[in-house]
Amino acid sequence: MKDDRDYTQDIAEIRSMMERSSKFLSLSGWAGIMAGLYALAGAWVANSWYNFYPDEISYETSSLTEIVWLALLILVMALVTAIYFSWRKAADRGEKIWNAVSRQLLASMAIPLAAGGGIILILVSKGLVGLAAPLMLLFYGLALYNASKYTIAEVKYMGTVQMGLGLVGAWFVEYGLLFWALGFGVVHIIYGVYMYFRYER
Amino acid sequence: MSGDKRVKLSIGNLHKAFENRIRLGIMSALAVNDRLGFTSLKEFLDVTDGNLATHIKKLENEGFVEVEKSFIDNKPNTTYSMTEKGKKAFEEHLNVLEEIIKSQK
Repeated sequence: MKDDRDYTQDIAEIRSMMERSSKFLSLSGWAGIMAGLYALAGAWVANSWYNFYPDEISYETSSLTEIVWLALLILVMALVTAIYFSWRKAADRGEKIWNAVSRQLLASMAIPLAAGGGIILILVSKGLVGLAAPLMLLFYGLALYNASKYTIAEVKYMGTVQMGLGLVGAWFVEYGLLFWALGFGVVHIIYGVYMYFRYER
Repeated sequence: MSGDKRVKLSIGNLHKAFENRIRLGIMSALAVNDRLGFTSLKEFLDVTDGNLATHIKKLENEGFVEVEKSFIDNKPNTTYSMTEKGKKAFEEHLNVLEEIIKSQK
């Protein structure tokens, strides 16, 4: 055994392994910022192009199909962006993007999101369009809260904020889209900027 | 940095099983996870199958790591966890490391 072994290096590796094997830390602030911008653009398109502004729980619009496609487009763009930035950050950190922790993180998000997506589709198909935006916030918040144990603690706060906005948006249905833009747009951007300055700069 | 008698003594107290960084990594990962599968450990440590298996065997022989073999959908599934003895040894190892670093300052 070498006497001059660097034991601080041992400690650093123990710490890094404990962290890496329990938390996925390759989430990028840029993904949050971009997702927020997509959401704001999407809300603007829905509102000004398709005149979509549900002011009642039961709300009719001739462009429902377009709105659903728009929402899916935003979701896919946000996911692709998040995967791209995570992949880049993971490569920088020497971490694998697809490992036991990222799988647990995704599964813990996917389950509340799938349940939420199901109920939203059912309600929308029955004409309760006004509940779609607040329920998206609510279930997204639950998903974040649930997944936060596999990543940085701040995700838990973001989840709580999204749930709060969802509940307020459900009460003031006429401002549902506004709260949606606030949650998926502004909150994501704030979170992304915070992440960038705290962990990436 | 190295002439200190206390340091020498402390280094002697470090468990040989933890000299190797891969074994140290396995123990660290198992310290924060109740159980881990072979593939998960392999991904975290970025080592080959053979290499990982050898080091796990060593830890198993020390009585630090426990192996559980089961079947999920007819596929063999091997998971590893830390024994009480392993936990104690790992904690002690951390304490000794801490002392060495303190005395080096």
